[in-house]
Amino acid sequence: MEPGVDPPYLYPDYGSTRLRAPSEPLVVVAHTLSELTGPVYGASAIGELDADLTRQHAGEPLGERIVVTGRVLGSDGRPLQGQLVEIWQANAAGRYLHEADRHDAPLDPNFSGAGRCLTGDDGSYRFTTIKPGAYPWRNGPNTWRPQHIHFSLFGRAFSERLVTQLYFPGDPLLEHDAIVRSIPDDAARRRLVASLDFDVTVPEWALGYRWDIVVGGRHETPPDED
Amino acid sequence: MLLPLTPSQTVGPFFSIGLLHAPMLAELVPAGTPGAIRVHGVVFDGAGEPVTDALVELWQADPAGRYPAGAAGAGGFSGFGRSGTAADGRFDFLTVKPGRVAGPAGTLQAPHLNVGIFARGLLRRLATRLYFPDEEAANAEDPLLSGLAPAARAALIAEPAGEASVRLDIRLQGPGQTTFFAL
Ligand SMILES: [Fe+2]
Repeated sequence: MEPGVDPPYLYPDYGSTRLRAPSEPLVVVAHTLSELTGPVYGASAIGELDADLTRQHAGEPLGERIVVTGRVLGSDGRPLQGQLVEIWQANAAGRYLHEADRHDAPLDPNFSGAGRCLTGDDGSYRFTTIKPGAYPWRNGPNTWRPQHIHFSLFGRAFSERLVTQLYFPGDPLLEHDAIVRSIPDDAARRRLVASLDFDVTVPEWALGYRWDIVVGGRHETPPDED
Repeated sequence: MLLPLTPSQTVGPFFSIGLLHAPMLAELVPAGTPGAIRVHGVVFDGAGEPVTDALVELWQADPAGRYPAGAAGAGGFSGFGRSGTAADGRFDFLTVKPGRVAGPAGTLQAPHLNVGIFARGLLRRLATRLYFPDEEAANAEDPLLSGLAPAARAALIAEPAGEASVRLDIRLQGPGQTTFFAL
């Protein structure tokens, strides 16, 4: 794969990497069945309302309703069918339903912020949710995360496992965010930004965003040179 | 032509709301399963402090040495599990020891668990393996272990921790760092 796609482990502007990044280079290993296989989850892992985060409670959550859809593709361009996609996010006020989230913003009793779905035959996933709020984090004295949705994908093998984040177009916080900026290549950073899409937008109901995800083996990544 | 990959980003501190749910939890087998073993340890950072917000994932073969194929979560052995680390940095799985899996060029690998680690402060997953202390002969001929320096090899072999229990700590950085792989 081309250089600069993935962030380095050590990125000092993101303070938490300093004591967590490995100091020894990664060891390149030959791929065996261990790296070339991975879990496959089916419909039994998905509940009826898992893909609609606006319908998981008695009432509707506050915030801007959105549809987020796209395709999960292998790096060879083939759609990945039956792929489990897991997401989690803050509510419209920028608060997670998590005990460690200390942001002084309200929880929403009608929003849990977690969803999952399986991709269809064309590799497509689709979620209905609300647009997450930006939130402060203690990376620096006045640092804020851009609006984002966390995504988790298995790919076709243990070596293809990917956890990443979707961002929204035009967010002025993107250029200030250490986690986004940790990606060396600007074109690669832009691949994390969804597109506003009027073919996805449902008239009189919800704006639509499109975001394709490409997974593949990352074994040609050179070890970090720090 | 290959499509450019989607970059990795950190799992952050709040992943449990999205990732720690049935059926992919820390019990890969029900309690009481014959041959069940505890696999546990503590994740440490470069200052030697426990990492209390890490996610550890396992992917493993079944006792016959076969990786589960098809739809996991429909009952049966999925080969996959997740454990968040607790306030003391500990992850804790219940599983069965995998059998031996084919390696490169006609070799046979020693029984091992494939381990992935995610956390706040990890912009990408870390991948490693756990090998078993009571498999000396198989470990001695494992092609991956054989290619490592002694300290890097030792860092992948769990220690016995009582009956039907093994422990392997994961050190993200510094002296005794766990051996991590580029996959
Ligand atoms: Fe977040």
